[in-house]
Amino acid sequence: MEDTAIKITNLSKGFKLPHERQNTLKGTLINFNKRGYEKQRVLENLNIEIKKGEFVGILGRNGSGKSTLLKTLSGIYTPDKGSIDIQGKLTPFIELGVGFNPELSGRDNVFLNGALLGFSRSEVKKMYDDIVSFAELERFMDQKLKNYSSGMQVRLAFSVAIQANTDILVLDEVLAVGDEAFQRKCYDYFNELKAKGKTVILVTHDMSAVRRFCTRALVLNAGEVIYDGDTESATDIYRNLNLTSTEASIERSNKRAKSKAVFDADAYIQSVSTLDEDGEKKVLYRPKEKIVISCTFKLDGSIARPSLQLWFNNPGGTALSAIRIHSKDIKKEHINLDKEFTLNWILDGIFNDGKYLVTAEVSSETDYEALETIRDACEFSIVGWDLPNVLVHPRRVFEMKQAQK
Amino acid sequence: MKTYLSRQNRALLAELVRTDFKLRYQGSLLGYAWSLLKPLLLFVILYVVFVNFLKIGAGIPHYPVYLLLGIVLWNFFTEMTSQSLGSIVGRGDLIRKIRISRWIIVFSSSLSALINLGLNLIVVLVFAIFNGVSFSFSAFLLPLNIAEIYILAIGLSFFLAAAYVKFRDISYIWEVVLQAGFYATPIIYPLTQIPSVFVQKLLILSPMAQSIQDARFNLITHDAITAGALLQGMWIVVPFLLTAIFFLVGLKYFRSQSRYFAENI
Repeated sequence: MEDTAIKITNLSKGFKLPHERQNTLKGTLINFNKRGYEKQRVLENLNIEIKKGEFVGILGRNGSGKSTLLKTLSGIYTPDKGSIDIQGKLTPFIELGVGFNPELSGRDNVFLNGALLGFSRSEVKKMYDDIVSFAELERFMDQKLKNYSSGMQVRLAFSVAIQANTDILVLDEVLAVGDEAFQRKCYDYFNELKAKGKTVILVTHDMSAVRRFCTRALVLNAGEVIYDGDTESATDIYRNLNLTSTEASIERSNKRAKSKAVFDADAYIQSVSTLDEDGEKKVLYRPKEKIVISCTFKLDGSIARPSLQLWFNNPGGTALSAIRIHSKDIKKEHINLDKEFTLNWILDGIFNDGKYLVTAEVSSETDYEALETIRDACEFSIVGWDLPNVLVHPRRVFEMKQAQK
Repeated sequence: MKTYLSRQNRALLAELVRTDFKLRYQGSLLGYAWSLLKPLLLFVILYVVFVNFLKIGAGIPHYPVYLLLGIVLWNFFTEMTSQSLGSIVGRGDLIRKIRISRWIIVFSSSLSALINLGLNLIVVLVFAIFNGVSFSFSAFLLPLNIAEIYILAIGLSFFLAAAYVKFRDISYIWEVVLQAGFYATPIIYPLTQIPSVFVQKLLILSPMAQSIQDARFNLITHDAITAGALLQGMWIVVPFLLTAIFFLVGLKYFRSQSRYFAENI
């Protein structure tokens, strides 16, 4: 028990969502007996125990209850059911610079913010120089905050925040603001917290930060903890959660594309779609998974030496890659207006994470003039590479040898 | 009680009051001087209207100061309750983002009003001296009258601030109530101007009327009619009882509601 920092038992929290907000007395009087609201459960029977010195990441899609959990933990919301035991002092940073007043000078805001963190005036005086120099705002402290740039405000807020002398820190998306230099400062601060053995709860969508700092991660979905354990598995599960929703949205957009793209009954190109290796329709692929692009053509003998091409564009319209089949590979029996033939291209997953649009084209090899082009005939996406900031992932083999002397 | 006035809460309270004062006369040339100028100018107006033209308080010695004290006390009540009313909603950013004792927000706006009253009372005292008021020992009882008004006002403040989170009509209703209260309280007219003794008695049952009359009696002139002089027997308890009820009900309501401020704002 002694090394427990936070113990959450059977925690439930919901909100009453009025159908139409009754903010006036008349509205309340008229609808006095009607239940003009519905109860929305946000957190459902949570049981979490966090030990002292743990750096816990909380992952979850938007609306999964992360913020509600943090706010309930921080004592901002009152739980409906269950209990929260906290050993030591807990400081929440739901947002940086809470209580900053634009009409006050930077200096006054430091004192106000310090007081909100629980410091007395004399304590803030002692740390004042540190705060100012860390924020690099020496020349601006007597100016009103409204004349600060947003970056300056964040720097000042952060400099005050890190002074907080507390046992447990609750951080919500602090990394979402600020430039690279600021993020580096954040990371330094995290390292410092870890070194000091503070208990930290971090909500973020930045998977690399989770893997780098957290010793444990929770995945929240629809108000329940669906995973609690190491960060590797947690980030994987979180990605999979995102996949399911991406899949649905791609299918919707493919449907739209189908109605948009002209697949004429007389056209050479009859359909283009993406499949998995077993021939099932698929729009979302994991890295290294084989992508099957299935095209149906209807060609006639009037085309001299037909060739078939596919282009892969990113959503910005840049062509990333193209593949072609030459006329010598197309068999005679396929060139028949009355009969369709299907061509399956099988691609190795070399594409990086992202969305790809497929353009199909029929041209004649005599002059390479396009006879028919269907732009953005279908789209597919790839999610899950662990090196997401590149364009392609070439297939590769390894060779390791002992250096010979 | 210990946790209520912990070191952190005291520091926060001081900082909130300080901020409030800094922002109050933000951008005005004379700044803090307005705190003194406002009652001063008010006095000039009252003097001209009531003493030179209307000659209302002819029977009461030092009537202008008598009038000024009444208005200053009523303004304190008005300022404190109306400022507190919007304080919780106005500080929604804090309530939704950090853990903060909610009562501190209401309390800090009440303290700003109290400080302002202090400045106003200095002006009243200066005029009282110029007007030749001879102070008696009863002047030392004035803080008790102010304490009574403060207790009444803080009870109402807590109630109004909490209710305003849910019902935004409260601010308009309260404006009307204050307006009605101003005329239902013998501030600009002497109580003796009301012909019916029954109505006189009825009016003095209000804690504001009782405490303002007591304050005038204690500081300015013993000719001021007090509740003690008008009411017989146990009736004298009524204004104090009302004050206590408003205070306790307001506090209780605020406590029951404050847990849900963050989600209701």
